[in-house]
Amino acid sequence: MVKMSLQNNVLLTVAEGATGWELIEKSFWPMVEGAIKFTIPLTLISFTLGLIIALITAVMRLSNSKILRAPAIIYVSAIRGTPLLVQLFIVFYGMPSIGLTIDPFPSAVIAFSLNVGAYASEIIRASISSIPKGQWEAGYSVGMTYRTTLRRIILPQASRVSIPPLSNSFISLVKDTSLASLILVAELFRRAQEIAARTYEFMIIYVEAAVLYWVVCFLLSIGQEALERRLDRYIAK
Amino acid sequence: MLLSIKRLAKSFDDLEVLKDINMDIEKGTVVTIMGPSGSGKTTLLRCLNALEEPTNGVFSFDDGFTLDFQHKINKNDLLTLRRKSGMVFQSYNLFPHKTAIENVTEGPIIVQRRSKEEVYEQANNLLKKVGLEDKKDLYPHQLSGGQQQRVGIARALAIEPDLLLFDEPTSALDPELVGDVLSVIKDLANEGWTIVIVTHEVQFAQQVSDQVIFMDGGYIVEQGPPEKVLQNPSENRTQQFLQRILNP
Repeated sequence: MVKMSLQNNVLLTVAEGATGWELIEKSFWPMVEGAIKFTIPLTLISFTLGLIIALITAVMRLSNSKILRAPAIIYVSAIRGTPLLVQLFIVFYGMPSIGLTIDPFPSAVIAFSLNVGAYASEIIRASISSIPKGQWEAGYSVGMTYRTTLRRIILPQASRVSIPPLSNSFISLVKDTSLASLILVAELFRRAQEIAARTYEFMIIYVEAAVLYWVVCFLLSIGQEALERRLDRYIAK
Repeated sequence: MLLSIKRLAKSFDDLEVLKDINMDIEKGTVVTIMGPSGSGKTTLLRCLNALEEPTNGVFSFDDGFTLDFQHKINKNDLLTLRRKSGMVFQSYNLFPHKTAIENVTEGPIIVQRRSKEEVYEQANNLLKKVGLEDKKDLYPHQLSGGQQQRVGIARALAIEPDLLLFDEPTSALDPELVGDVLSVIKDLANEGWTIVIVTHEVQFAQQVSDQVIFMDGGYIVEQGPPEKVLQNPSENRTQQFLQRILNP
């Protein structure tokens, strides 16, 4: 932590005293660095873990067993019923009081993964349910078990259905990572706040941060379109 | 005898769909099941493929494999039962994300873990047999209904089942495509496959069946050779049904 903030100070003092284009130029790299070092990794790691949690939760919710269904239902309800910021604070500020101190970045990963997991599980559950029953039966009829049918037949088709809504979650997550600034993760928005606090150029710096988020999301949506096209091969036009 | 079915019963909650079904399936024969809708014929077929779990009854296969549904059946036994038969569905149910040939190779490669080379060679032969060798790299949505159903047949054949099950394989097809599918099934019958087929095609049943089963209300009303059941039915209900579908 100490080392990190020292580095930040070196970076940030560069921007001090600058105005206009010079300020944008000087604050650009610290913010991009925040995006590359924290915002983007935080998004990618949390989303990947979140998807794994979501898949497990979705399969549990679709199970015939109450014992499997109940925890999944409670988990989704609790996460969706509480603010993300509160979840972040519980992990980072709350856990230490029960003897579990977690660094800012892993705290953020835990909170964001659990959050994404709950929302994405509903998307995955709906997309699995949208695949006709006949596809399950066709899988069984060639001798597959439940798991093989899910993996080989149902999920590949469900993934096509779930890409647009999951992309929404993904892009929301990019923006939600700005909340991690409140638990001391030196991501894009925290960098912006620090620079703004020193230069008092709130408008320029926050608009610049907004533009950077926009660029990241725009690039991601291009990726989404490419993925959709790839998965569209087998769909009748 | 490949399979003997005794006292088979199936209920969905309070609804009894199959009641006391007794039948034998001889190896290398074609058994046709006919009957009005709601008579339980599709459910009977689905029980054979373990897509439905019977509530009661005994299945005994010629290799000694026996299932008594009076007791809870474990998953492995259900899987063994399922893997004895291949199913051709009324609505084809091809895997839309796989090409024609991938539909055929999926079971043998993934379930049976046979070598890719051997399976692809077999799949090519099967697609040739159903007249689709030039369509093997197309996706299901690029095929007509009749072509899709023939891929469905090749897919069922590829897993080399003891028993081939057809659930109204031509009911979803345009009339001019029915012939192609029926002629493929006829060829399979001539090759000695053991076939159980649910169909409304009386003429076809007449030509290929060794045994015809007429069902109504969850019971087998009449069973015997086609000359008997289709031409000289002794039961009233069979006569009425045949009259209705022959002179609509």
